[in-house]
Amino acid sequence: MMTTSLWIHPGLILFAGAILLPAIPERYKKGWLLLIPVLVFLRVIGLEHGVYGTVPFLDMTLTFGRVDRLSQVFGYIMSLMCLVSSLYGLHVRQDADHIAAWLYVTGSLGVLYAGDYFVLFLFWEFMAFSSVFLIWFRGREQSLSAGYRYLLVHVFGGLLLLAGIVLRWKATGGIAFDAVGVDSQTPGTTLIMLGFILNAAVPPLHAWLPDAYSEATVTGAVFLCAFTTKTAVYALCRGFAGMEILVPLGAVMAVYGVVYAVLENDARKLLAYHIISQVGYMVVGVGLGTAMAINGACAHAFAHILYKGLLFMGTGAVLHMTGESRFSHLGGLYKKMPWAFVFTLIGGLSISAFPLFSGFVSKSMIVAAGFTEHQYWAAFFLMLASSGTFLHTGLKVPYFIWFGKNNCSPETWERAGEAPWNMNAAMVIASILCVFIGCYTPYLYNLLPYPVDYHPYTAYHVSETLQILLFTALGFFLFLDKLRPEAKISLDMDWIYRMAARAFMWLARKPVQTADDRMGEVYRVGGLVPLMATARFSSWFDWHGIDGLVDGFARSVWRIGGEVRKLQSDQLQISILYAFLVVGAMLGWYLLS
Amino acid sequence: MKLVALIDFLQKHIRGVRVISLCSLLLIVAFDWLFVDKSAAHTGPEHDVAFWALFGFVSCVAIIFLSKWYGQLGILTREDYYDDDH
Repeated sequence: MMTTSLWIHPGLILFAGAILLPAIPERYKKGWLLLIPVLVFLRVIGLEHGVYGTVPFLDMTLTFGRVDRLSQVFGYIMSLMCLVSSLYGLHVRQDADHIAAWLYVTGSLGVLYAGDYFVLFLFWEFMAFSSVFLIWFRGREQSLSAGYRYLLVHVFGGLLLLAGIVLRWKATGGIAFDAVGVDSQTPGTTLIMLGFILNAAVPPLHAWLPDAYSEATVTGAVFLCAFTTKTAVYALCRGFAGMEILVPLGAVMAVYGVVYAVLENDARKLLAYHIISQVGYMVVGVGLGTAMAINGACAHAFAHILYKGLLFMGTGAVLHMTGESRFSHLGGLYKKMPWAFVFTLIGGLSISAFPLFSGFVSKSMIVAAGFTEHQYWAAFFLMLASSGTFLHTGLKVPYFIWFGKNNCSPETWERAGEAPWNMNAAMVIASILCVFIGCYTPYLYNLLPYPVDYHPYTAYHVSETLQILLFTALGFFLFLDKLRPEAKISLDMDWIYRMAARAFMWLARKPVQTADDRMGEVYRVGGLVPLMATARFSSWFDWHGIDGLVDGFARSVWRIGGEVRKLQSDQLQISILYAFLVVGAMLGWYLLS
Repeated sequence: MKLVALIDFLQKHIRGVRVISLCSLLLIVAFDWLFVDKSAAHTGPEHDVAFWALFGFVSCVAIIFLSKWYGQLGILTREDYYDDDH
């Protein structure tokens, strides 16, 4: 196999950076953690449109580098967010956390530049298997369970995707990752779409997201909120633009996330539900499929990656400092963490689409496209969700963490304080970008896949937005009592598979185990005498015949085992990550050699 | 810290903050009524004065009460509900 030309994939830089990280001396490590994302970002903005990195494989051609306007807008923001998130996580001392995060971003970049479905699938799975460590590394018992559920759901989604790819390949003979032709749905394309919308967290395939993201590490959640769902939005933009079913699905998910956010007591889980709501806008944009709607979906993904990252950074700073993320155990923190409040508020105003903030110039493109296409009910649904977005992310989150009744325990209050400098620096950069995008529209609009003929700052649009948001604030303060946090959780679709798992475990423990015990008893009584005789013979043969030959070999194995054991640390997850890294490196070597 | 002092100042004068906030609500409705060109509106009701103000308020109240009602159907439950899982 030969690559057609020397073309360095941006993901390869990040992958190499991740592999080499443990070898970097401690005093250079922080520099390395910033240098590599900067190099990746520079590589992305230096890419020229075209097709690169083609590899003949069996009777197909795999394409690792298809660069066009659509992949570039996502590549730009994801590599930028990788830099901001790495800065945010600079204080984390465990290499494994950084390695997992960078491998995860490598997977995302791989999907963005994939020109065919097989390469897409390879990196799609790479994302799932590397991101689960960002959940496991939090180290809580709940995180371990949430991580396994996350992995199982994504493996299921990956299988749907693979089945779709194979069916489509057999039906059409092609593996190119382009528009599938939404007018002629086949079983293959339907399965591919299901694989994509599972990663986009479209209900009822969404419960993995709030379940896992709320259990992730502080830094891990900042990475997670940016990449998986937006990579899926990219894949939908590429393959399923104009797929009508996505319009109602997106509109429903925009409101679904908002409803659950009312009930939610955990700040990060509330934000996770709002990812579902916000991705709903993008899914509607893909379903509408016009140039304006696709521009809107891309613009909103771009803005969303920044403001959602900022929101997870702000609430993550609270969790990092206080050890608490539940509203029922927080409150009144403005005296202790005023800057985290300001940054989170900027994120809240951006997601709520306040004029002069980023959401205002992106979200409105999708809603306007809905009205233009006469999809009135979908457009009004999105407007309703806008009200809910401000209600929770702009008002509920800042109010119940930094104001309201102080529910902090003495320990929480004592621990609270401004976050480390690197976290604040990352939040400053994200805040500036949120305001800059909202104020200077050409920056974002010039990156979009189609030429933009849209002006958000009209008197009508500003008046419409301010009325919705300010009167939502009126409703919030009038009914504040209804929104007071309760120390409860809300049940979602994950209830089904969690209960199914419980039933499965009962089956395994009770009927299956009982049958196994009985069989064991029969075997013990019926087989014991001949077995003991055989064992005595084997023992004699082993002692006299084989030991001499094997002892030397056994000693060697023992020595190698001792060496391998040194590589292992206390945590099983870290060992799995290293194993995953080795497999990834072998795969990369195989494909490149 | 100046930021904390500013927030304390606003909290101390919360009545004034409330009056200014309510005035800004009236101002935005007045602005919509007197100055906004509604030719860009896509549907009939959008031409009515303060349509989006009413829409925002009703949406907010509907989301709060419908979600609370939904939660009381059994969706909202105790924190240790899943504890047997792990």
